Amino acid sequence: MDDNTIICRCEDVTWGEIREQLDKGYTTMDEIKRITRAGMGPCQGKTCQRILLHAIARYLNKKVEEIPLSTFRPPTKPIPLGILAGGQDD
Amino acid sequence: MKEYDIIVVGGGPAGLAAATTAAKCNANILLVDDGLQLGGQLIKQTHKFFGSTEQFAGIRGIDIAHNFIDEISHLSNIEILTQSTATGFFEDGVLTILEGYNGNRLSKVKPRRLIIATGASENMLSFINNDLPGVYGAGAVQTLMNVYGVIPGRAVLMVGAGNIGLIVSYQLLQAGIEVKAIVEALPCIGGYWVHASKIRRLGIPIYTRCTLKEVKGKEEVESVTICNIDDKFNFIPGSERELSVDTICLAVGLSPLAELLWQAGCEMAYIPELCGYVAKRDENMKTSLDHIYIAGDVAGIEEASSAMVEGQIAGLNAAASLGLYHEKYRELNLAFHRQLLQLRHNEVSESITRGIKKATL
Repeated sequence: MDDNTIICRCEDVTWGEIREQLDKGYTTMDEIKRITRAGMGPCQGKTCQRILLHAIARYLNKKVEEIPLSTFRPPTKPIPLGILAGGQDD
Repeated sequence: MKEYDIIVVGGGPAGLAAATTAAKCNANILLVDDGLQLGGQLIKQTHKFFGSTEQFAGIRGIDIAHNFIDEISHLSNIEILTQSTATGFFEDGVLTILEGYNGNRLSKVKPRRLIIATGASENMLSFINNDLPGVYGAGAVQTLMNVYGVIPGRAVLMVGAGNIGLIVSYQLLQAGIEVKAIVEALPCIGGYWVHASKIRRLGIPIYTRCTLKEVKGKEEVESVTICNIDDKFNFIPGSERELSVDTICLAVGLSPLAELLWQAGCEMAYIPELCGYVAKRDENMKTSLDHIYIAGDVAGIEEASSAMVEGQIAGLNAAASLGLYHEKYRELNLAFHRQLLQLRHNEVSESITRGIKKATL
């Protein structure tokens, strides 16, 4: 894969930036997410998570199911903070 | 906080079938969907369905959606929330819903049973300039053309020769758009021959063991380089060809949209035959958690016909688990399971059947 290929479109993260982290030894989805912000944009990883998962597996020469996923937490889609702050009180 | 017997998340074929079936068991139901209207992928399916009459063969997808919507309008125990996204499912059994097109209201509801029928997301490919305007998923192309009557471009490269790639190519041609070629990374065409033949008769090339390598363009897609690949999916140097296109349509598979099931803590498994991580379930579509059921593509990528039958099974059994037995429970449950077996009794479904076996608790 070419280094300039974009993996996460929401946060403009390229394969080069991700490969750099893999070379440093950061090889879990969570580490890469926290360092590069891949998967933290509006789509919440729906587009890039699968590509990233397969790329990590290929880099480590492991099976896809051997790569742990990031923890899934609410919300599944970004919510403006104002909505949460002004939310119902039940 | 409002409580419901059953909340169905997703108003596509599986969710619609689940909600209507459960409603006929006298459960009170909330059906949540993030689309502008109910129907999910059905509303963009202008083609007629295959299969048997029980699964609406010979009817166009959009008409199947309309039939369901019409049926729901006569069922007073189904509440509908469209343009609404279920954003979280919490330990205390509360489901949060972001309502309104701009997401301007967050509400909380509590289901006694939850049926997750969230469907799938389209797979993306990594290639140079994959973020240029003009790169679309096949679902987006279908929405633009078949729902809004807007053409996505003038000259298209279709990536993927499965049924979606073939059907959308044909729909593009019907709309007067040039399809330059279909490329398929695998050694053979994945979709039905009847669809592939229609495309070939119109002179559109389908290249197998071939994929796109690079898209070129400044502000938008101007051309694409396609290239042959070997058995290990590596590019074969010297086999590059350049095509002048303004649109790339990606039909390279779907992945189950299982976030809420992960959040809930359902037992999950990576099953390649079902195209990704799915919740393990029993034969009545109940997950490892007694209050959560699944149906449709979120349970494994398949077709709308089987999604509807899974929805019926999930709806019927989720209601039964609350003591709300349909008067013909046994008869119906048997009939639905028989229909599923029939739908999956073909060569194409062999791997799906294998996957479901692995996913069964």
